[in-house]
Amino acid sequence: MDYFNLMTICAFLHLLVSIPHAYSNYVETKAGQFFSSGHTNNWAVLVCTSRFWFNYRHVANTLSVYRSVKRLGIPDSHIVLMLADDMACNYRNPKPATVFSHKNMELNVYGDDVEVDYRGYEVTVENFLRVLTGRLPPSTPRSKRLLSDDRSNILIYLTGHGGNGFLKFQDSEEISNMELADAFEQMWQKRRYNELLFIIDTCQGASMYERFYSPNLMALASSQVGEDSLSHQPDLAIGVHLMDKYTFYLLEFLEEVHPASQANMNDLFKVCPQSQCVSTPGHRTDLFQRDPGSVLITDFFGSVRKVEITKDTINLTSPVEPSVHKSGSGDIQIESLTYVDQLPVSEIIHQKPKQKDWHPPDGFILGLWTLILLVFFKTYGIKHLKHIF
Amino acid sequence: MAAHRCGLSLVFILIFSNLAHPSCCDTLEKSNGNTGEKQSISDAPREVNIDGSVAREDLNERQWQSTDVEVDRSDGTKDSESFTPAAAKDQFQEELVIRPLHSGDIYASFQFRTLWDIDFLQEGQKVSHYRLFPKSLGQVLSKFSVRELHISFTQGFWRTMQWGQPFIPSPPGAELWVWFHDTVSDVDGNWKELTNVLSGIFCASLNFIDLTNTVQPSASFKPLGLGNVTDHRFLRYATLPREIVCTENLTPWKKLLPCGSKAGLAVLMKSEKLFHSSFHSQAVHIRPVCQDEKCTSKAWELRQTLNVVFDLYTSGQSKKEWSLFKMFSRTLTEACPLATSSKIFVDITDNPEGELFDLSPATPLLSQAVVLGDRRTYSVYDLTKVETFGQLRSLNLLLRWKGDSGDMLRPLLHAERYVAGFGLQTGEIHTVIYNNHPYRAFPVLLMDSVPWYLQLYIHTLTVTSKSRDNKPSYIHYQPAKDRHRPHLLEMLIQLPPHSMTEVTVQFERALLKWTEYTPDPNHGFYVGSCVVSALVPSMVAMNTNFTLDQPLFSSFVPVKEESSYFVRVYTEPLLVNLPTPDFSMPYNVICLTCTVVAVGYGSFYNLLTRTFQVDEPSLPLAKRLANLIRRIRGVPLLT
Repeated sequence: MDYFNLMTICAFLHLLVSIPHAYSNYVETKAGQFFSSGHTNNWAVLVCTSRFWFNYRHVANTLSVYRSVKRLGIPDSHIVLMLADDMACNYRNPKPATVFSHKNMELNVYGDDVEVDYRGYEVTVENFLRVLTGRLPPSTPRSKRLLSDDRSNILIYLTGHGGNGFLKFQDSEEISNMELADAFEQMWQKRRYNELLFIIDTCQGASMYERFYSPNLMALASSQVGEDSLSHQPDLAIGVHLMDKYTFYLLEFLEEVHPASQANMNDLFKVCPQSQCVSTPGHRTDLFQRDPGSVLITDFFGSVRKVEITKDTINLTSPVEPSVHKSGSGDIQIESLTYVDQLPVSEIIHQKPKQKDWHPPDGFILGLWTLILLVFFKTYGIKHLKHIF
Repeated sequence: MAAHRCGLSLVFILIFSNLAHPSCCDTLEKSNGNTGEKQSISDAPREVNIDGSVAREDLNERQWQSTDVEVDRSDGTKDSESFTPAAAKDQFQEELVIRPLHSGDIYASFQFRTLWDIDFLQEGQKVSHYRLFPKSLGQVLSKFSVRELHISFTQGFWRTMQWGQPFIPSPPGAELWVWFHDTVSDVDGNWKELTNVLSGIFCASLNFIDLTNTVQPSASFKPLGLGNVTDHRFLRYATLPREIVCTENLTPWKKLLPCGSKAGLAVLMKSEKLFHSSFHSQAVHIRPVCQDEKCTSKAWELRQTLNVVFDLYTSGQSKKEWSLFKMFSRTLTEACPLATSSKIFVDITDNPEGELFDLSPATPLLSQAVVLGDRRTYSVYDLTKVETFGQLRSLNLLLRWKGDSGDMLRPLLHAERYVAGFGLQTGEIHTVIYNNHPYRAFPVLLMDSVPWYLQLYIHTLTVTSKSRDNKPSYIHYQPAKDRHRPHLLEMLIQLPPHSMTEVTVQFERALLKWTEYTPDPNHGFYVGSCVVSALVPSMVAMNTNFTLDQPLFSSFVPVKEESSYFVRVYTEPLLVNLPTPDFSMPYNVICLTCTVVAVGYGSFYNLLTRTFQVDEPSLPLAKRLANLIRRIRGVPLLT
């Protein structure tokens, strides 16, 4: 019995000695897994650049991507959503506060808790580039900023009307593919991203990523140069096309993705083949360092945090006591406060007009006096002055 | 010679004194103004340094003028000495008022009030522990030294003639007015930053508020909260009539509530239903109010209101029935657990014996309140009581109409506005104000803020009532500066009984620079609503006592006298077309081709068709005359 006890104690001691070694190994591997994808936070910039009711589908495109990234875990504070027009509460919308992506009003992508950061006239090329490069006025609120760092994975989604090498904003200005490429280079030099996924759904979309030259960029487009991107299906009640083909199938693909899914970028490249899209979706991976097959969809579309659960009890210091104040310091402030009259008629009538600032007599007055003096001296001369005064 | 010089200098002195005479009084005034300013400037640091004591002195001086208040004060001191609250306490109340309108629509008005017995602006007191009051707003208040903040987002126009007066009026689009604390030195800077921050909080384009649409009304807007400072230098007012209101504005608004939209009345706020309405308005009002009846210390009040008018008459197969479920697609199951009171009021004033409609479930609780000059009766449902929900554990109010409701009394005050004229050069703004009171005249204060690109001809301003000239007793007009400042026109007009008063002013449309046009310039440009503030004679005596247990909807505007009540009416915003160049491509193409044809082809054609000859220079006149003589004489001519 004693022997047995000794054995257990020995074993226990042995265990105790070996634990730190094994534990450090374990931590290292864990840490390696933790940062295997190379990023610690996720951001999304989703832009619809088209105005007017007949471009309903572009707003629906953007909102369906918004819905997906939000569902996969990127919080509203990390999503910069730009919508150039208000479709949900548009007077032409038969069902206000909704934007549908499927006909027969099946899927409302607008939701009940959307937060649009830039809307209406705020969606301009200037604002878009400022958000990307972070050169915003100091008083810009946090929700309108892209506060990413060199460990951020950023998803940028653009949709609107475009042509070969440009994308129209609000039907009044354009951004060119070179400007966009330069903005990404500036982001890279300012260490504003780790990896960036660029998706564009517009006519001749592939022309927009042709000029990219910064590292760690992956780009997808709905159509090649010379091709149009087409819309998917109209709804008879709403009266316009609801979505573009490419984003429709992208949404269908993303609806299948869940935070733990192992779908990778190669699956994303297969979305909407030419048989479905009519246009040929393109992608560009030569600037990207990793193999697209090893990049999970959730690296960009979701914010999957690896969590380790501990069952140890952690003692926190006692919560902050609400500071005890004698509110209003009642003993000093003794006089009772009063409300102001909302329309003090007599006071307003007797309100003195603002006293004018003194200003020197202007040219006209000076000229007039000079003229008077000249005429005076011309007619009377100096010697007659004593008769006058 | 000496006498001459003497005389000359005398003349100059006289002339200069003459010259200086008209401006003499100006300089005097200026020096007055200066000393006044100096005083105020020297006051400001004192107040900062010694904190409250100076302000208290000021208050004391004011108190000297009225003696009856002093009695109150002594009472108050006793009270506050005997009863000192231990910690800053806060409380939350929620309320829903449903009023069936005569037009068949339903008016639902939510009010949520968070009261906090604390002063953000007190020196040496850093507020960091927030319980019910939203921290995001509290930080904004203390950072920008805001004394009072009113912001509203509205979609649709409140039709006073059909619906009567709302509890809290608001103009279409966004409206923001802020009173800053009088210690703020750079009010414009604070205002600019505040609008940016608020645009982030409420997901709205409030950052479009800048100097070109901000005004400082001199008399129209007075603080609604406690305080004596009414110097309008610390007031800023701006509207964005084009602002869209949608779910993205409602989401952050709901987040400010202590219970969010998880429990209490806020569960009814489904955006699909709220925005499927004739009128939707949500607002946030922050102001200091009295802590208790004695009013010795300040509490901060955050009042969130949401007003909706549902058009159930046309959408509900011409039946005037309504229920909570029909309106909001939800029923109520509980009050917000954080709320001290949670009530639903249904207006049954027109239905004293139940001959007009049936309300189920019936409630024994009735309450009367004097609101907007009228005594109304309400059925009250207290959500904090279990029996309200009945056996089904859910409350679904249901109203069935039996007969046809009578005609509505015409609202005593009503205003409308429109643009007249044709073409794209000039126009005329008409503002029509109606006084429907049969025998009482009352004053209204009209405020108009017009953007600079409508150049007002202020000499054409006319005010007529009953086809006679009505001379305003107070006019404040601040002309616009191009691209810097809008026009501001404020007028105090006495409205004769049972009359229509028309204010007209002509304007000319300015040409904008091509970058200043919006992406959709052919839609037109908006001019914000005209604000009509009035003291309307009341039918019944108004309640001038301040009590904390008043229902929220009747306790927003402080009542000073029993005989009249203060009301604000907003007119329609205007949509004005400006001369707009055709930005479209065909236009540019045509212009370019025409230029190329005119310049290129024209000069080429010229080159081909012209013949060129050497032109001999003509002789000067003298030589020509000489030649004439020489020709007569027969001598060879000069060349």
